[in-house]
Amino acid sequence: MSSNGVADRRDFLKVTGVLTGCLAAGSPLALLAPSRAWALDLTAFTSSQGATLLSVARTVLPHDGLDDAAYAAVVHSADADAARDAAARKLYTDGIASLGSGFAATNEDQRVAALKKIESSAFFQQFRVKALSVLYSTPLAYAHFGYEGEAFSKGGYLTRGFNDLRWLPEVPLGDAGPTPGAAS
Amino acid sequence: MPEYELNDDGVVVVIGSGAGGGTLAHELTRRGIRVVLLEAGKRESLTSFSQVPNEAFAQLTWLDPRTSSGDWAPARTNPGLPAWISKTVGGTTTHWGAVTPRINPWETRARTTYGEVKGTSLIDWPISHDELLKYYALAEERMCVTRRAGNPGMPASNNFKVMHAGAKQAGYQRVHSGYVAINSRAQDGRGFCIQQGFCVQGCKMGAKWSTLYTEIPRAEATGRLDLRIQAMATRIEHGANGRVSAVVYRDANGAEQRQKARVVCVAGNAIETARLLLLSETGKFSRGLANSSDQVGRNYCHHVLNFTVATFEKPVYMWRGTSQAGLVEDEAINDPKRGFAGGYFIELVGFDLGSLPLAALPYGWGRDYASFMDGYRNMSAVMIVGEDMPRPDNRITLSRTAKDAHGLPVAHVHVDEHANDIAMREHGQRQCRRMMEGAGAKRVVHSEGSPFATHNLGTARMCADPRDGVTNAWGQTHDVRNLFISDGSVFSSAAAANPTLTIVALALRQAEYISREMTARKI
Repeated sequence: MSSNGVADRRDFLKVTGVLTGCLAAGSPLALLAPSRAWALDLTAFTSSQGATLLSVARTVLPHDGLDDAAYAAVVHSADADAARDAAARKLYTDGIASLGSGFAATNEDQRVAALKKIESSAFFQQFRVKALSVLYSTPLAYAHFGYEGEAFSKGGYLTRGFNDLRWLPEVPLGDAGPTPGAAS
Repeated sequence: MPEYELNDDGVVVVIGSGAGGGTLAHELTRRGIRVVLLEAGKRESLTSFSQVPNEAFAQLTWLDPRTSSGDWAPARTNPGLPAWISKTVGGTTTHWGAVTPRINPWETRARTTYGEVKGTSLIDWPISHDELLKYYALAEERMCVTRRAGNPGMPASNNFKVMHAGAKQAGYQRVHSGYVAINSRAQDGRGFCIQQGFCVQGCKMGAKWSTLYTEIPRAEATGRLDLRIQAMATRIEHGANGRVSAVVYRDANGAEQRQKARVVCVAGNAIETARLLLLSETGKFSRGLANSSDQVGRNYCHHVLNFTVATFEKPVYMWRGTSQAGLVEDEAINDPKRGFAGGYFIELVGFDLGSLPLAALPYGWGRDYASFMDGYRNMSAVMIVGEDMPRPDNRITLSRTAKDAHGLPVAHVHVDEHANDIAMREHGQRQCRRMMEGAGAKRVVHSEGSPFATHNLGTARMCADPRDGVTNAWGQTHDVRNLFISDGSVFSSAAAANPTLTIVALALRQAEYISREMTARKI
């Protein structure tokens, strides 16, 4: 903030680090994106802190086919919280520091062992919930898990497979109702 | 729309516009009564409902802070958000799953049926079940409940096919696509369900009943409803005669306003209703308004809720279709041989990808967790909703540490589970596992409990003996004649049924009573 109480625009634009990656060739987003390379500015964490946090996210929720760009969204959200709130910033940066600078370079078993040790810490718990709430809401996760998302604009699933399961017996008519609009 | 004067002491002030308050406002206005309806949230519409699950959550949810304690799951998983209720016009009817079973006859005689259960404060309802039935029929017709009032059932979704097959394998008989307040055919000026699977985010079809687009616009059409949005009630005042006389609230600009009233009806959902009564303490009502019995906030019930999620060999796509159109009624009985008093329903749940981990699986991490999530296409889910035991110390109090944006203490929610609740949950988990395995599940997981309470009950309960609760059989407080409670707070015991249908039935009944008493000049 500047002395007159008006937020200084430069504070908002101050970049402290950057996360970069490259979408896998087969990634659904790669078909749409102008370029497969991506870069994400950080405004509270350094590049190294961001990389550690991304590695924590991948270790907490390891989906091998899911692109790093989805995990970067988790780091981006944590970074935004840290930029807004000094207590969150301290929680995250202290937590990251406790893992050591080599964390991201170790193998998965070592990373899991390191996280097990801090499983009950406020840092781990807060970041785990952050990862749960952000990762599975990204378009990349939708594509990875096959979730089809918003349906209203497409007329719901009434004619798009809400009842297309054929590997179990059909439900007798008395236990369910007719499909509206279907030929009887 | 009329704008009544703040010093107009002839109006009825209703606080909260959800199932209870929205219905009551409509019923009173159509009887010629002038109503000021105070709603703390904003007004959304079918157009403005977000279909991005986490945006919709932020759009509709009551996110003001709360605190919680006790051994129940929300105190660990979501201590600042122990209950998931709404703050928006239409209240929790915007985000509810619209599951509408009735309370069973023996549940209204809980104390008599279960006998003395140690560590509980069970009582019987002061209303007979036959009396309730009359209002259930009216409520079901109004809400267009499936399989009731001549309405067809919901068609069978993929997720329900799994539930049905599993339930039959487990030997259950009363298995069907549920009683839901969702149009299975176009009626009531609203379209039929197009199987979007976005019930919880706000139904953009308006096929799901919500006071936002049924009761409230109909009340407005009478010309007698003054709906004030972003109006947060902070205190109910009384006169020297002990009658309530005004409601103090903060308007959208944060300015304090004082609306005079002939009658006040509180329908803020059981946690906020209790908080408002406690905040309204004075020299005359030193423990809080209508609290001479010291029962305001006590006997808080939230149902035994538990999720079972399973993966199968082949796809289910559980997110497609009405989220909760599936019900097993066989366990909604009282059979002490199962090892607990009371019963539970088994209900279908279809989770969107974003909500699944937060609502049903907020616990684990690592390869094990991720590999289960990787089966999302092939998942099916059910939940149990059962009767929990009222306990005097499971209660809403005013937080000693946290305050809201207006500087008022927030609600503190304390719950210690009763052994009966735990025994019921464990039985439900075993039965849900049997169902899932019967349908061919590869892997079955249960949640620890529910990460949030969604059914909040009992904090100003109806009772025949004024020492046992807060209101009489009409939701009229024993202490103050012109003060009514019009939401789930009045439930004398939790029963197993999802509460909204009963809240609406009681609001319909209460409106008749208030109108009669006003005409007779008794209030």
